[in-house]
Amino acid sequence: MQGKLDNLIVQMINENQETLKNNWLNEVNIFKEKELAGAITTLKLSEEIDQQFFELLIKHINYHDISKDGTLDQFFDQVLHTGLPLRYLTQGLQAARRVILNLLVETESDKEKLAAVYREIDRWLDPILNRVVENSSQIWERTVSIQKTALLELSAPLIPVFQNISVMPLIGSIDTERAKLIMENLLNGVIKYRSEVVLIDITGVPVVDTMVAHHIIQAADAVRLLGSTCILVGIRPEIAQTIVSLGIDLSQFPTKSTLQKGMENALEITNQQLISNK
Amino acid sequence: MDIQSCVEVRNEWDIVSARQLGRNMAKELGFGNVDQARITTAISELARNIYLYAGRGKICIEPIDQLGKKGLRIIALDNGPGIREIRKVMEDGYTTSGGLGAGLPGVKRLMDEFSIESTVDVGTEISATKWLR
Repeated sequence: MQGKLDNLIVQMINENQETLKNNWLNEVNIFKEKELAGAITTLKLSEEIDQQFFELLIKHINYHDISKDGTLDQFFDQVLHTGLPLRYLTQGLQAARRVILNLLVETESDKEKLAAVYREIDRWLDPILNRVVENSSQIWERTVSIQKTALLELSAPLIPVFQNISVMPLIGSIDTERAKLIMENLLNGVIKYRSEVVLIDITGVPVVDTMVAHHIIQAADAVRLLGSTCILVGIRPEIAQTIVSLGIDLSQFPTKSTLQKGMENALEITNQQLISNK
Repeated sequence: MDIQSCVEVRNEWDIVSARQLGRNMAKELGFGNVDQARITTAISELARNIYLYAGRGKICIEPIDQLGKKGLRIIALDNGPGIREIRKVMEDGYTTSGGLGAGLPGVKRLMDEFSIESTVDVGTEISATKWLR
């Protein structure tokens, strides 16, 4: 029974392809004007993509199978990769459902048959919709996780500069995850490079609150336990004021305003000197 | 009163966005560099407290104008466990999480006005104001 009905629908859709297409294009255009107006991506929403979208849908109605030959998946991927919003695809599919149902409602008056038609269409379209949403969320998840690792990679490098002197420049906000990484890299690096002095540069840290200060103090303490000295540099005047207001005690280790001053201090501690070669 | 802007605090990244909102509003109102740093640090402390102790809540920031006296108010709201001993948390060095214990007393010193209301098992509301000089 079901298969027969399905064929009937397919036949009807094929016969009325032109009308459906025009109705669908109308709906999509209305959506594009209303929702995507002003977006930069509007330029890329060419008629070509619309045509391709609809043709693929019709093609897949004839296949009775959405995953067949993968052209629909490819198309979705392609659309999402060009930076078109996911809304374009979901709205497009919903519009397809609407125009097809409208057509069928016009030609079919028997209630029972109509209900069956509704179910049939849903059964065909819902997996496609799910597929689209799944694909796009996968793309996003992948992007986010790639960026997260990229961020962690440049998170807290320890750079050996002179013999026994290393620098750790910190840039950006420090959260718990980064704080752990800072501690690990710092201690591993101190052993690896046999650093006597480590300079932690916080010029690029926008806010030093009690949590950040606490982590820096702990890191400096741990470095001290390894027998090395930690110098905190790059303290901007406004940061100095907020640290004082917060009542944070940083007197246990030396601090300097700039990396340059810290470096001079570090050279002194390690009994080294920079000599100009004239 | 002016429009209030709020940021929901649910994870560590929300602390950053609350801070950014505060910094932008402070800049717009004409606060100097040092006061901007004070305000953002205070927001950071309050937002972190919400994240650490209540799990979720929100930070609202509003510009205020009282008879020509301009300023910025930060309101931190949560429905967390509340604070049992307010007097104690306002002491320097008191902490239940192993931190420095400088957060709330620090916020009070960073800002010009400070008030805290908390009911156990109901939630906490902290409001702090900085005046534009």
